[in-house]
Amino acid sequence: MHELAVVESIVAAVGEKIRPRRAARVRLQVGALSGVLPEALRFCFDLCARGTTLDGAALEIDEIPGRARCRSCGAELAIASFLDLCRCGSADLDVHTGQELRIKEVEVN
Amino acid sequence: MCATCGCGTAEDQGNPRHHHEDASGHDHDHLPGHEHAHLHGHPHPHQGDQGHAHPHGPSPEHRAGDDRTLAIEQDILAKNDALAAENRSLFASLRLAVFNLTSSPGSGKTTLLEALGVRLAGRVRLSVIEGDQETTRDAERVRAVGIPAVQINTRSGCHLDAGMVGRAVRELDPAGGSLLMIENVGNLVCPALFDLGERSKVVLMSVTEGEDKPLKYPHMFRAARVLLLSKIDLLPHLDFDVTRCLEHARRVNPTLRTFLLSAKSGVGVSELCDWLVDETRGAAA
Repeated sequence: MHELAVVESIVAAVGEKIRPRRAARVRLQVGALSGVLPEALRFCFDLCARGTTLDGAALEIDEIPGRARCRSCGAELAIASFLDLCRCGSADLDVHTGQELRIKEVEVN
Repeated sequence: MCATCGCGTAEDQGNPRHHHEDASGHDHDHLPGHEHAHLHGHPHPHQGDQGHAHPHGPSPEHRAGDDRTLAIEQDILAKNDALAAENRSLFASLRLAVFNLTSSPGSGKTTLLEALGVRLAGRVRLSVIEGDQETTRDAERVRAVGIPAVQINTRSGCHLDAGMVGRAVRELDPAGGSLLMIENVGNLVCPALFDLGERSKVVLMSVTEGEDKPLKYPHMFRAARVLLLSKIDLLPHLDFDVTRCLEHARRVNPTLRTFLLSAKSGVGVSELCDWLVDETRGAAA
């Protein structure tokens, strides 16, 4: 359940950035291969935000699909997990998109 | 392509953690002394602007035409990553070879460290940071074979973070040019995400766990540079297929380096020791 630690980091980082204002909406970017579950973030967010300047803020999560380039044949492909193989059969993929774990923007009150 | 600065390189080069530290490339309109233009008309908290090089590095940027929406563009784990970078500098200044040892609970991390303490004696100096939710049992076990150790208790935490390790290293005060093993909390999920400032992650799995573990926990096997397949003295009693396991591991991480060993019988441990001695000399050089 590292999502709890991840949400604690979000609440601390956003609170620091917007001080002394309050957040109305927080927008994140979470890659499908980031190892973090959006659903679990949503589950923890309200609890972690309680009593902070993020209390009551809406959480928006842009989920970023995984993409990779095959180091064997050079093909560009969409991947849903690190187990996916290139059509040429290679597992040697350069995963360039889908590992994002970013705070994009905050709307303040 | 990065939507903030328009650069096409960061993500293409496999860097998902690309981010903007400052306001470069972003339009601003300060009162005198600046040549760029704010796209929004609110007062800006700059004073004495003249000639400065943009004093608002870490503060929020503003989205054009919207006073209430602040572009943050920061990695969620930025704080941990900054602390990990501090640890990495400290390790470099002490010329330490530091490994972050991860596995499921019960795979034999502590037993392996005990064996390394005995085998490495006289070759390199080894110290250990132990991570567990509760108890100091593991630190006591490794101290009993002469390894200096500090125990971290994470309580409800499921992983070590860079801040905990930074504090533990200062308490441990390892000798310059030595080897430091960080035994993470037994967990193949969460520790994959948290950089501690280590040279490499080393994942341990035992042959009693099932050869498909790399497929079930791909994040950790991808994050690691080395796989230790342990308890191989038990292979005659199991249906474990080593070749298949290594195929699974390489599917997730084609460059994973592997060692087969048994901390109990000692088979394969000297190969691991030789590698650790080389790594430690490399870091100390």
